Amino acid sequence: MMSGIFTALLLALFVGVWAWAWGAARRQPFGEAAHLPLEHDAAAVPAREVRP
Amino acid sequence: MGWHMQSGEEIYNDTVVRQFTIATVIWGIVGMAVGLLIAAQLAWPALNFDVPWLSYGRLRPLHTNAVIFAFGGSGLFATAYYVVQRTCHVRLFSDALASFTFWGWQAVIVLAVITLPLGLSQGKEYAELIWPIDILIALVWVAYAVVFFGTIVKRRVKHIYVANWFFGAFILAVAVLHIVNSIAIPVSWTQSYPVYSGAVDAMVQWWYGHNAVGFFLTAGFLGIMYYYVPKQAQRPVYSYRLSVVHFWALISVYMWAGPHHLHYTALPDWAQSLGMVFSLILLAPSWGGMINGMMTLSGAWHKLRTDPILKFMIVSLSFYGMSTFEGPMMSIKTVNSLSHYTDWTIGHVHAGALGWVAFITIGAIYSMLPRLYGRERMYSIKAIDAHFWIATIGIVLYIAAMWIAGVMQGLMWRATNADGTLTYTFIESVRQTYPYYVTRFVGGLMFLGGMLLMGWNVWRTVVPLREPPRSRCRHRRTPEEAAMKHELIEKNIGLMAILIVLVIAVGGLVEIVPLMFQAQTIEPAPGVKPYSPLRLAGRDVYIREGCYGCHSQMVRTLASETLRYGPYSTAGESVYDRPFQWGSKRTGPDLARVGARYSDDWHRVHLKNPRDVVPESNMPGYPWLSQALVDPDQVEKKMKVLALMGHPYSEEDFAGARAAVTGQTEMDAVVAYLQGLGVTPKEAAP
Repeated sequence: MMSGIFTALLLALFVGVWAWAWGAARRQPFGEAAHLPLEHDAAAVPAREVRP
Repeated sequence: MGWHMQSGEEIYNDTVVRQFTIATVIWGIVGMAVGLLIAAQLAWPALNFDVPWLSYGRLRPLHTNAVIFAFGGSGLFATAYYVVQRTCHVRLFSDALASFTFWGWQAVIVLAVITLPLGLSQGKEYAELIWPIDILIALVWVAYAVVFFGTIVKRRVKHIYVANWFFGAFILAVAVLHIVNSIAIPVSWTQSYPVYSGAVDAMVQWWYGHNAVGFFLTAGFLGIMYYYVPKQAQRPVYSYRLSVVHFWALISVYMWAGPHHLHYTALPDWAQSLGMVFSLILLAPSWGGMINGMMTLSGAWHKLRTDPILKFMIVSLSFYGMSTFEGPMMSIKTVNSLSHYTDWTIGHVHAGALGWVAFITIGAIYSMLPRLYGRERMYSIKAIDAHFWIATIGIVLYIAAMWIAGVMQGLMWRATNADGTLTYTFIESVRQTYPYYVTRFVGGLMFLGGMLLMGWNVWRTVVPLREPPRSRCRHRRTPEEAAMKHELIEKNIGLMAILIVLVIAVGGLVEIVPLMFQAQTIEPAPGVKPYSPLRLAGRDVYIREGCYGCHSQMVRTLASETLRYGPYSTAGESVYDRPFQWGSKRTGPDLARVGARYSDDWHRVHLKNPRDVVPESNMPGYPWLSQALVDPDQVEKKMKVLALMGHPYSEEDFAGARAAVTGQTEMDAVVAYLQGLGVTPKEAAP
């Protein structure tokens, strides 16, 4: 009983994470994040950068 | 992009990254050299030299600690600090704390190098370091977490890049694992007994051990993969969305898989089944991550032809895929009944450790070292290519030898004749293994050779430059940064940390806590009593010499095992075992029921020089045991600590403790310990 409920819960969570990750709202922010390693990597940091 | 580049106004803290990077290379060479020595000792036992601190049992923990925590650990510190600054566009949270993590971690390693050869050990695999060092580790780790998460909190980009999720989970999970597994009550500055005993200790140990693999050796290095592979390929990761699913699936499943180290043992069946099921599920997220890394090169495969650094990275992902396929297969109980305790496990571990962990680390170092020292590239690209090929061939030799040896051992141990008797004695399987131990040594030698080449290449890249570029620039906080400081402490990273801890806590709690209340695991079997003073002293010598590295004390519920060793072990037999000594490898035979099988004199001769009675043995000799006396002052203290944890010693037992061990040598103590192993329950059995 308990293990059945727990398994169902985990499965729902798993599907939930998929749905969230593939949601349209995530497309743009994930795209921006994915490019982070490709930006500058010298020792100097851009000084004035304001987070949106 | 909404920012202007103003070079020099703020600088990343690369000093600590450079320190950890160089430490990674040095400890890699040291740790692998020790590994090579102990590999040679198994092929040529004379190389133990009858010197205590050169003995296999003491050096094997030094090898594992040095490669995992000194080489791998330094590599993780270096890359996590490098990546978190560059993906958060901000300097490390605190230079002082970052510097403390470097010197603190190096102090831990140096202390390990001193204490382990001295035989100071807690006797739990991958957690051998004595309790004062454990406390130092915890302090360094807390500082690491503060520096890492503090940097994320003050980041100046909106997103937390996925590599940082993996690094973050690795840091949090290792903190939880280390603290829970290391809880012990000290007897002296150098000795302690764990609060868990027997089957519970076994479960805690392999929950720790497996997740040290899952979080230290997997999640952390996946963090490296998610930054350095896209960086080196100059392409964003294949699917960022997949990486998110990969992350949550991996960290939620890993914590459950530990019991697959305890199949067919005295661990209750329900825990074994849970461990097997989750180990099989683990294949999916593992391969999701591997495919994600590999496919990052899609459309740019030609780069592999010219860039040996990418070769290291892509081959590391291939080995990751291979190991994470092999692992779930080996966790299937029927496969495990063959593979467990054999050299197959050693092959599996090294496919992961050399092929995945070392290769991705080496690739990341070759990739970032020139940047750290203001060079265009490594001193010699040809040397990187040569390193790649030597190391790859070395790994293939190593793991192929261990696979063949392991399958052979498993088959020999279970082979029976038509009349139901065993076909082979244990020593026959040892004799057949020698050629594979030699082959493994050659493979290891090649891998170490590659590391030495790397050391030379790093030296030539780094040394001509006295002063690292721009290192003297100081961090100046901009007005905006100061104003935004509070705003920046946003909920996201805190929420993520809480979620990570919740997800990783579930598996451990479900598998460990019920065992603490299950009669089967906590009540002594009929006739099982706490250790006598002399046997307790002998047991501590057994732990000091690292006997558990080669001898299990667990007769599994398999016909071939009960034929060879006697009735299968029950959890009730080891309730007074702190730490448990079930073991994980049988380079020598199981000892759970060795008591009363041989005479005391046989044991003395055998322990002094095993080859006097077993010519083909590769066990080290322990001549020094006959010369050292048991310390009577310690025994009573040890018994009192054990009594504190519920071992039923009486006042009479304490009173007689000193007299029982006075004048006895450590040899006497070990022989007494061995002669009592498994004796009572065997006699009590109907």
